[in-house]
Amino acid sequence: MAATETETRTLAYGAAFNEALRQMMREDESIFVAGEDVGAAGGVFGAFVGLQDEFGPMRSVDTPISEQAIVGLGIGAAVAGLRPVVDLMFMDFILVAMDQIANQAAKLKYMFGGKATLPLTITTSGGAGLSAAAQHSQSLEAMLCHVPGLKVVMPGTPYDAKGLMVACLRDDNPTVFVKNKRLLGKKGPVPEELYEVPIGVANVVRPGDAVTVVSYGRMVDESLKAADRLAGEGVECEVIDLRTVQPLDIDTVVASARRTNRIVVVHEAVRFGGLGAEIAAQVQEEAFDYLDAPVGRVAAPFTPVPFSPVLEAEYVPNAGRIATGIRQTLGLAEPPG
Amino acid sequence: MEVTDEVLVDLHRRMVRIRHFEEAAGRLAEESRLPGFLHLYVGEEAVAAGVCAALTDEDQISSTHRGHGHLVAKGGDFNRMMAELMAKETGYCKGRGGSMHICDLDLGMLGANGIVGGGVPIAVGAGFANKYKGNGAVSVVFFGDGASNIGAFHEAANMAAALHLPVVFVCENNEYGEYTPRDQTMAITDVVDRAVGYGMPGVIVDGMDAVAVFEAASEAVARARAGDGPSFVEAKTYRFYNHHGVQVLGMKYRSDEELAEWRTRDPIDLLEARLAAAGVLDADGAAAVHAEVAAAIEAAIAFAEQSPDPDPSELFNDVYTIAGGGA
Repeated sequence: MAATETETRTLAYGAAFNEALRQMMREDESIFVAGEDVGAAGGVFGAFVGLQDEFGPMRSVDTPISEQAIVGLGIGAAVAGLRPVVDLMFMDFILVAMDQIANQAAKLKYMFGGKATLPLTITTSGGAGLSAAAQHSQSLEAMLCHVPGLKVVMPGTPYDAKGLMVACLRDDNPTVFVKNKRLLGKKGPVPEELYEVPIGVANVVRPGDAVTVVSYGRMVDESLKAADRLAGEGVECEVIDLRTVQPLDIDTVVASARRTNRIVVVHEAVRFGGLGAEIAAQVQEEAFDYLDAPVGRVAAPFTPVPFSPVLEAEYVPNAGRIATGIRQTLGLAEPPG
Repeated sequence: MEVTDEVLVDLHRRMVRIRHFEEAAGRLAEESRLPGFLHLYVGEEAVAAGVCAALTDEDQISSTHRGHGHLVAKGGDFNRMMAELMAKETGYCKGRGGSMHICDLDLGMLGANGIVGGGVPIAVGAGFANKYKGNGAVSVVFFGDGASNIGAFHEAANMAAALHLPVVFVCENNEYGEYTPRDQTMAITDVVDRAVGYGMPGVIVDGMDAVAVFEAASEAVARARAGDGPSFVEAKTYRFYNHHGVQVLGMKYRSDEELAEWRTRDPIDLLEARLAAAGVLDADGAAAVHAEVAAAIEAAIAFAEQSPDPDPSELFNDVYTIAGGGA
C-alpha cells in the first residue's frame, strides 16, 4: 500500500460498504441492488444511502417484504447475466429465504453441470447488542458455511468492509456479506480508491507468541481488548481476524497454533455447532502434536438472544469473558479483583 | 400470433417429441436403466408446446419437477437430454443434475427444479433482467396447482406485478399435488382466481388443446413484451401417468375411470383430428412425424448408453468448494 496511515482517510464501516457498492456500480452497469427499503430510504441502517439518487430506481430497487422472492430475483437476474446485490435486512431473515439461498443459489451451477454463473451477492446485517431480541440479533454464519457453494464474509473493520464487498461483487459465485450491526458506525482508515481484500485470507491483526486467538466480525475488537489486558499480565496473544468464514483460512490459523501451541476461538454465534467446533477439529487434525492444551472456545450460550440489556450483556462474549477463556487455555489464574 | 398451418404442424411436432421422449424415459425407468426419480409429462404436452411455440429463443422459461416436456418444447436436444437422465458426462448437466434439474441455458430453459415452486422467483428474476436490459425478452414460469400453495410463488407473483415485469405465469393445473386432489388443498376451483390478488390479468384455457394454449400464451407474451406487465394463464390439464414413475392403474388417490375419461381427450389425438379435418396433415403425415421422432429417440438412447459416466475426479468441479472437498 502506497498511502501511509496518516494520509489515509477515515470512514465508518457502513459508509465503507456503501462506497464499495457505489464505486463498483459506477464501474459496472450490470450491478444493481434490490431489497426492502434499500432504494428511496437508503436501507434501515443507511448502508444504501444515495445509491438511488445516483443510479435511479432500476438499479436501486425497493422490493416487497418477500425474502424468497428477493433472493430469487437475484438468482434469476444473475443467471441472465447481471451482477445482483440483494439485501436481507437482518441476518435472521435469511431463514425465510433459505430455500432460495441454499437449494437454489448455492447449487444451480453444480446441478447445471457448470453452465450457470451466479455472481450474486447477498448482503445482510447480523449480530447482537442492540436489544433487538431473538429474531433480529442472530449470528447464523455456521448454517451458511455448511452449504457447499456459498462464500461467507464477515468483516470486522471499515477497511475490510470495503475491500471484501468489492471482492464479493467481482466473484462469480454466490457470496453472503454479513455486516455487523454494532460495527456500522465504527471508523477506521479506508483508502478512497477501489481496492479488493481477497476472500478467504485471514489477517493477523496482533502478533504474539503465547496463544492464538481466532475471531471474526465484532469479536475481533473484543479479542484485541482482551489481548491488551493480557499483555498487562505479561501474556502476548496473537489475534487473527478470519475476515472470511467460508472459505476458512485454516492455514494461517494452523501456522499460528503451531507456533503458540495454544488456541482459543471466539465468536458471537452460539457455541454448539459454531465455527469454533470446525476450527477446533481442523486444528487438532493438522497440529495435534503441537498443542499444549485443548482448543478453547468463547462463544454465546445455547439460548436465543435475549431482549433485556442486562441479559444480552450476559449473553454476548466480551473482552472480559474472552480474557477469562484465554487464561483457562493457558492454565493461568484470574487476576485479583 | 396467428394460428397458421405452420403453427399447427409445429404444435403437433412439439407434442409428439415430448410424448415419445417421455414414453421412452418411462420404459427405461421400468427396465431400471435410469437412476433417480422420474416425473413424466405425458398428458400435459399441449401446455408446454402451446406456450413455447409462442416464444422466441431469447425468451426464458423456468420449469418444475415435471420438466422434460418444457425442455423438449423449448427445443431441447434429445441426445443430451437422454444422456442426462442416464447420468452421463455428455448430458445437459454432465450428470450432475438429472431429471429434476435438467436445463439448457442457451435455449433460455432455466432448469427443472426439485423444490416445488422453487423456480418461480428465479424466472421473475430473469424477467427483471430482461426489463433491466430492455431486450424485449419475456420469461415464463411453469408451475403446478400444488406450487400455487407455496409461499415463494405468492411472493414472486406479487413481486412481478409490483415491479411490472415481463413475466407470464402458466399454471399447469393437473388437479393433483403429487397424490392429493386439488380440492383438498385449496378452497377455490380455479387457480387463476389468485391472479386477481396480484393485480394481473388471468385466463383459463383448455390445457388439452394446444391451439387454445398457444393463443392464450401469445396474448400474454405480447402483453409482457409490450411492457404491460405479467399475466396468468391457467391450463386445465391432466397427467396420464403417476406423479412419480409409470404405474397408472389401481391407484387409490384417483380412479381408473377418471383417467380413462381424460384419456379420451389426449392432446395429440385432438390436434391430429383437427389437422386431418383441416387437410393440413393426414394420418399418414402424422404417422411419419411419429416415426421420425421415434427414430431420433432410439438414436438418443444409443448415444446416451454409449456415453461415458462422469469421471469421479470431477466431483469437485463446477461449484465453489474447499480443496479436495474438505474430506
